[in-house]
Amino acid sequence: MENLVYIALFAPFVGSLFAGLFFARSPKTHLVGFVNSTLIAVAFIAAVTLALHVAEHGAVHVTMMTWISIGDLNIPFGFLVDEVSVTMMLVVTLVSTIVHIYSTGYMNHDKSYNRFFAYLSAFVFSMMILVMSDNFAGLFIGWEGVGVCSWLLIGFWYHKEDKTFEENPSISPSWAANEAFIMNRVADLGMLVGIFLIYWNVGSLQYDVVFNALPHLADGLLVSIAIALFIGAMGKSAQFPLHTWLTDAMEGPTPVSALIHAATMVTAGVFLVIRANPLFGLEAVHGVSMFIASLGAFVAFYAASMALSARDIKRIVALSTLSQLGYMFAAAGLGAYWIALFHLAAHAFFKALLFLGAGNVMHAMDDELDIFKMGGMKKVMMGSYVYMGIASFALAGLPIMAGFYSKDAIIESAFNDGSFIIWAILVITAGMTAFYSFRQVFFTFHGEERYKALGFHPHDMYKYVLVAMAPLAILAISFGWFMNNFHEFITKNLPDYEMSEHTEHLAPFLGTLVIILALTGIFIAWKKYAGKGANAWKRDEKFEQSFIYQLVTNQYYIPKFYDEFIVQPYTIASKKFWEIDKAVVDGFVDFIGKGAYKTGDVSRRMQNGNLSSYLNWMGVGALILVLIAVISSVIG
Amino acid sequence: MYEFVAFYIFAIATTILFLITVMSKNVLYSMTSLAAGMVLISGLFFLLGADFLGVVQLIVYVGAVMALYAFAMMFFDATKDVKEKQQNPQLVFLLGGLMALVFVIMFSAPVIGDNIQALYPVVDGVGNAQAVGMVLFTKYLVPFEVAAVMLLVAMIAGIILAGKKMDYSLTKCEAIDEEMSVELEKGEE
Amino acid sequence: MIGVNHYLVLSGLLFSIGFIGVLRRKNLLMLFFATEVMLNAVNIAFAAIGSYYGDLSGQMFAFFIIAVAASEVAVGLGLLILLYKKYGSLDLDVISSMKG
Repeated sequence: MENLVYIALFAPFVGSLFAGLFFARSPKTHLVGFVNSTLIAVAFIAAVTLALHVAEHGAVHVTMMTWISIGDLNIPFGFLVDEVSVTMMLVVTLVSTIVHIYSTGYMNHDKSYNRFFAYLSAFVFSMMILVMSDNFAGLFIGWEGVGVCSWLLIGFWYHKEDKTFEENPSISPSWAANEAFIMNRVADLGMLVGIFLIYWNVGSLQYDVVFNALPHLADGLLVSIAIALFIGAMGKSAQFPLHTWLTDAMEGPTPVSALIHAATMVTAGVFLVIRANPLFGLEAVHGVSMFIASLGAFVAFYAASMALSARDIKRIVALSTLSQLGYMFAAAGLGAYWIALFHLAAHAFFKALLFLGAGNVMHAMDDELDIFKMGGMKKVMMGSYVYMGIASFALAGLPIMAGFYSKDAIIESAFNDGSFIIWAILVITAGMTAFYSFRQVFFTFHGEERYKALGFHPHDMYKYVLVAMAPLAILAISFGWFMNNFHEFITKNLPDYEMSEHTEHLAPFLGTLVIILALTGIFIAWKKYAGKGANAWKRDEKFEQSFIYQLVTNQYYIPKFYDEFIVQPYTIASKKFWEIDKAVVDGFVDFIGKGAYKTGDVSRRMQNGNLSSYLNWMGVGALILVLIAVISSVIG
Repeated sequence: MYEFVAFYIFAIATTILFLITVMSKNVLYSMTSLAAGMVLISGLFFLLGADFLGVVQLIVYVGAVMALYAFAMMFFDATKDVKEKQQNPQLVFLLGGLMALVFVIMFSAPVIGDNIQALYPVVDGVGNAQAVGMVLFTKYLVPFEVAAVMLLVAMIAGIILAGKKMDYSLTKCEAIDEEMSVELEKGEE
Repeated sequence: MIGVNHYLVLSGLLFSIGFIGVLRRKNLLMLFFATEVMLNAVNIAFAAIGSYYGDLSGQMFAFFIIAVAASEVAVGLGLLILLYKKYGSLDLDVISSMKG
């Protein structure tokens, strides 16, 4: 089993090195795409085997080698494959495999094809370290690794010019990449503080040691650690107020958005909370957990409201990701860790599918993102239409779809907990989710064929790519059916969350309420956007000028707020400090250099080769010595 | 009283003579005034009771050194005035004046070294030459011998430096001039 | 009464005269004269202090200075003759060969 762990971990790394070392400078090589996809698939197979093994025999724990061993600090390269991490491994490797295959088609015409695969595989490797590490230090390494890969991949088209958009605060991929990276640094500081606190008070970073020691720590300390770790999770999972980077990260290539900014990396924060459930589940940190749940519910609603009016197809999907992350945090905060993990996995499948579908549309529309310019595309893009439809159904949480089971469970657990405000927000958000996801589908695939007037000639993606997406579609439909199996599997490791009798009794009613709301949302979207001819959608200029619409479209002016109150003052301060630096520090250094130079230049004239002037200088020196003698005798 | 008069006569005379030495353009005048000044300084030595030193001053400086200068001058053209380009005479006098001022201030201050013990005190009832001889040949014997060797070395050096090709007139024979310059060039190379 | 200060001030003045000579003279022979002046000035100071303290050391030093001066003149004049043979002049501005 140990070898399988290493295969799962290092196959993506080998792929990354293969692409990065041997093909970095060469033009597009199909071999790279093929080899890397195969290696990720190998990792997936290893993960499946490991999952079967774990289900049967329990967790696998391997220690590869000693990494840091100084004094009392002992951090090995250790990997823990238990129920939680194997779930994550399965999700990561499966989505990665499909995204890799998808990318061979999507990036076919990109000149940096090889570079893309080097980064993408490196990301998978970092993500595997993140989920498999058996200590917080390894987790942090993976955490930073995915951050770097995210930065590299968002800024993949770094050569794109800066330009301003109507409603989009991001001006270029490199800008978005820096924004994501810097925001994550802010949050990672919190995470680092949490890790330091753990080390100082426990003396180890191994999960098992730390979690066993938790009950002996003071309450205030536990709360501090929980807050610090959650700040890290907020950054990675783009929770309010560190959420702006996620929508701007859509500047990256679509496969990247699908893999990193929907299915895997952004869920790392949720994973951290789930992984640290012994900490967050403690009675002492109940306040923090409630805060997590409340923030999750708030973000779910907040992001969904922004998605209602967004025009950018990728931005809508990104906002829905944000919203679903809010659901996951709500579940994790309420103590329903296994439900959060279940939703995480289900979401990864249908969201990746949705994103890849959106990528197909984009590809067909020559990278046009505005849904107002699309419409009626189901004729030309049947495959993508079906996939996106399935994904949207799953996202909206309609019965038999994956999203139905997982999201319903979250809403139920909120009800069960007695947090009716959270419950109400989540229910309303479910309706909004259905509306905006179908708004997008209808805008894109139904209604008038607006693209024709603009001179687009859409065509569907390569056949093999559509075939490769099928597993995601199947899982998006069927993953929820295995909820009980998953429950049985995962609760060996995670605390169980049982609904009370009362909730069980009300469950069908609650589910129906959600379904009705979702169907209402879909119906409104259908009425408004799917019509043709006389019923066709028209822009309502007046409504678009209204305050609410503007507020939502401008993301509640949060990016503008950040720009004006953080970025610009910081820029001004930096410029001032730069000037001070130039005047004081540089000035001082220059003064020394110039002083030496000038002194040399002036005193060089003494050395004019004339003995007479040398004698004069000697005379001056003698006089100075005599003066010194006089003065010192007077003073002394 | 006579000591007072003698000191001032000697002092003023030496100062004037040495000023002529330093300021005069003519080498002959300079040298003559230098010799005269040195004679007067020996007078100061006599006043100070350093009879032997005064005699040595007369013999060595006025007798030997000035004779040496006089002979050396025969090699140079002493009738012409020396032309010296002065870059900034003010500076020279400023520095010199400052030096003089400092010394005057320094030396006109009362001497406060009462507790100094004479290392080799003047012996009463013995002539100066005898006293000097006693100290010089006992306590200062080694420096004295070293000085003697130094004088010997200087003499040999003087002979060799000045005596080379003494039989050629360097200013009149151009052939030798050229020969010299060729040699010098070689040396330079 | 003539005190030691008188001699010392005279010595200082003569030294300054020699100093001025060293500073302003360009002719090497004249420079030698100026140094002789300075040496004599110092001799006066030594003799005066020796007499003031009733010590013979001052005179001893004066002797050695005279010895040094004599040897300096011997060697120096030899060098001057060589320089004159080479350059035909003793002016420092003329014979300077170093490039500043």
